[in-house]
Amino acid sequence: MPERAAAALLFLLLAGIGRPEVERGAGVELAPARKGELVHLLRHDCGSCHGLTMKGGLGPPLLPETLRDKDPEGLVVTVLYGRPGTPMPPWKHELAEAEARFLVELLVEGRVP
Amino acid sequence: MKRRTAIGLGVAAPLLASRRARAACPELRGTGDLVVVVERARGSVLIAETTGRTVLGRVEGLGDLSHGSLVFSRDARFAFVFGRDGGLSKVDLLERRLVGRILQAGNAIGGAISQDGRLVAVANYEPGGVRLFDSATLGPLAEVAAVGSDGKRSKVVGLVDTAEGGFAFTLYDSGEIWLLDPSDLSAPRITRFAGIGSLPYDANVTPDGRFYLAGLFGEDGIVLLDLWHVEAGPRRILDGYGRGEAPLPVYKMPHLEGRGAAGEHLLLPAVGRHEVLVVDKRSWQEVARIPTPGQPVFVVVRPDGREAWVSLAHPHNGKVAILDLERLEPAGTLSPGRAILHLEFTPRGEQVWLSARDDDRVVVLDTRRREVLASLPADKPSGIFSTARAHRIGS
Repeated sequence: MPERAAAALLFLLLAGIGRPEVERGAGVELAPARKGELVHLLRHDCGSCHGLTMKGGLGPPLLPETLRDKDPEGLVVTVLYGRPGTPMPPWKHELAEAEARFLVELLVEGRVP
Repeated sequence: MKRRTAIGLGVAAPLLASRRARAACPELRGTGDLVVVVERARGSVLIAETTGRTVLGRVEGLGDLSHGSLVFSRDARFAFVFGRDGGLSKVDLLERRLVGRILQAGNAIGGAISQDGRLVAVANYEPGGVRLFDSATLGPLAEVAAVGSDGKRSKVVGLVDTAEGGFAFTLYDSGEIWLLDPSDLSAPRITRFAGIGSLPYDANVTPDGRFYLAGLFGEDGIVLLDLWHVEAGPRRILDGYGRGEAPLPVYKMPHLEGRGAAGEHLLLPAVGRHEVLVVDKRSWQEVARIPTPGQPVFVVVRPDGREAWVSLAHPHNGKVAILDLERLEPAGTLSPGRAILHLEFTPRGEQVWLSARDDDRVVVLDTRRREVLASLPADKPSGIFSTARAHRIGS
């Protein structure tokens, strides 16, 4: 069900609906200071459910081995729009698409500093 | 004159003796004024005292302390620290050192100590269940696998001790409350209540030990179990408190604080809403909702019951809301630091200790004047635990 919801959102995204909301900052190289803020958010705020070391908590683990098989774009959609029916909230009010993608890349590649 | 000299001499001898004893044991002191502060990223705790408001020392090597919590031995000499990584550590507060540590599971959320102080219980996410340990040795005594009515192992939340000598806990995935009677450790007796509601995220017991309450994330409502009359089973209170309005995104799960009780009222955080719900403890009806400048995380009643101080979820966690519990209305907002994760009153309520994670400080306020008494360096502080909890049910 949550996968289906995420897929539906992905479809809406591809169809261009809701696009302006995530376009902010897309394709822009993030400033080092902003990257630092994002890593802090990842470790401490995402970490409050997924664990400081991303080994999971109330939320699932976000380790490279658990994410590798998932579509990175789907993960970006999950970060931005949340997963309905679960406690995963939408972060689109706080994060631009490029910022969500930066965090997903860190997680998938296991490069969380 | 002569008499006074004699008295003086009489006093001198024991004084010398106690000075010698102090040299051998330089830390002779009680533990009743201590707090333990979790440093979540460093995997350490600070031991501080609330009389002169100083940090006495740090104990390291406690593992991953995101969501780190702890309980105290009944003599308030030791803290049992529960780590996210399944670590259970025993810390001597006076010698300020680690005296025992085991890795008892892959992923844990918290724990409790039994009424008689003999058993330490840990709530685990992976593998889902509760394990019991000997508080003296940390030796394993029993394990309860939290296999829900859906046949799957569930994460366990809201593990507390009860006045019956056992423990109560909640199954997050399958939505159940279980009571554990540990009188026969070879076969702990379990009483199960299934179908309590969707995604119970936390639970706690009132300070008198009578009512166990579980908060639901998947629907608007609180589950109440009267531990004096468990045969009556759990029931729902505050059903549909959101009045059908969509909740806001929740960036930080609220916690059900045992000390949300004040006289005839009980205060509960509304999930995904900027308000605290006030319930009458006799009728279990809502009597008020008090607006807060963000989503409440911890709602903590000052020990005198006149105010509650409320920490808030990201992105409003730089503020702390104060509620007037006589008028049931807001009584001010403070900005004591960046990312306030937790707060703890001293046992009589004259001070409140707050962890400001993003300032790397613990801030101590005078609760009457609302003025800063001290600001102590701490590495990404989160939970703050007063040794007064050693003598309270459910904490």
